[in-house]
Amino acid sequence: MQIIQPHYHGIARTAQDYERMAMAGVVAVAEPAFWAGFDRKYPETFIDYFRQISEFEPTRAAQYGIRHFCWVAVNPKEAENPPLSYEVLKQMPEFFNKPNVLGVGEIGFHKTTRNEEEIFEAQIEMALQHNQLILIHTPHLQDKVRGTRRTLEVLAHMKVDPARVWIDHIEEHTIRAPLDAGYWVGFTLYPITKCSPKRAVDMLERYGSQRIIVNSSADWGPSDPFTLQQCILEFRRRGHSLQEALEIFHNNPCRFLGQNPKFDIQPIRVQHED
Amino acid sequence: MLKANEVLDKDFLDARCMLLEIAAFFDRLDAAAQRDGDDTVAGDQRLKQIHQALQLLTEQETTPDRVERLLHLFSDKD
Repeated sequence: MQIIQPHYHGIARTAQDYERMAMAGVVAVAEPAFWAGFDRKYPETFIDYFRQISEFEPTRAAQYGIRHFCWVAVNPKEAENPPLSYEVLKQMPEFFNKPNVLGVGEIGFHKTTRNEEEIFEAQIEMALQHNQLILIHTPHLQDKVRGTRRTLEVLAHMKVDPARVWIDHIEEHTIRAPLDAGYWVGFTLYPITKCSPKRAVDMLERYGSQRIIVNSSADWGPSDPFTLQQCILEFRRRGHSLQEALEIFHNNPCRFLGQNPKFDIQPIRVQHED
Repeated sequence: MLKANEVLDKDFLDARCMLLEIAAFFDRLDAAAQRDGDDTVAGDQRLKQIHQALQLLTEQETTPDRVERLLHLFSDKD
């Protein structure tokens, strides 16, 4: 089965990931800009990082036949430093012209502070000005409810088109409001701290597959890109068809990401399913 | 050996994760029973065992042999 990994931090992973993902059906990954595990001091460090994910990382993925796309942004954690963030933002638009850059992300809240909100709004404004898709990170653990609520308040007053916004790391206690408001939502499958493959399938069975994206975890911490395949296996073991699986794990990423014409992978339709 | 606060720091998220999985299991079971209009599993011995186990885990004043007692709970008695 062909699978898209919509949220994958390749710079933190080894080539073995790409090889195994290719063997396990992954045809494309999308790499949001994220926190590197330490707070960077210089705007140039971000710019080099954006070059890495927009120029170099696609060449690593291509060696295994995987298409690589990315997003650029100042992540929520480092947005706590506005002077640094504004310096980075000055140079971000040049990356929107790169052939694999899909939009602005991941942005949003980490601790839901005033500084984070200022930079969140500045990046939404930039995305709107440049007609870019938006990918939003919601906070981890105990901060998630408050951060998600504030995210929706910020978006509501900025006149974004909900169909062009993906709110990620959604769980059972935060799914209803963003879905009801017309946004895309993402489940992130982490071994311990976010959503599990079984719980993701529970939510798919409860809420359907419209405007839902499922991503694995793949970063520098305890994470596993193959939680996505575990989720697909769980979904299929519960009796859902191959086409239903394709709609969620391949076609939905195509539908959302494909709003940027650079993402040209088309939805798949099974002709005969026995 | 770890101190108590170190055990809590190290294993809190694991315990949280396992509790969420148990909650999801019950939600899944309820949803399936409701969907099929079939509540026969409510009387299933395995479900009773799980409820008994959860009750045992809520005891705050107890002895540190919870795992052993749960295993006995899930064991054949004859």
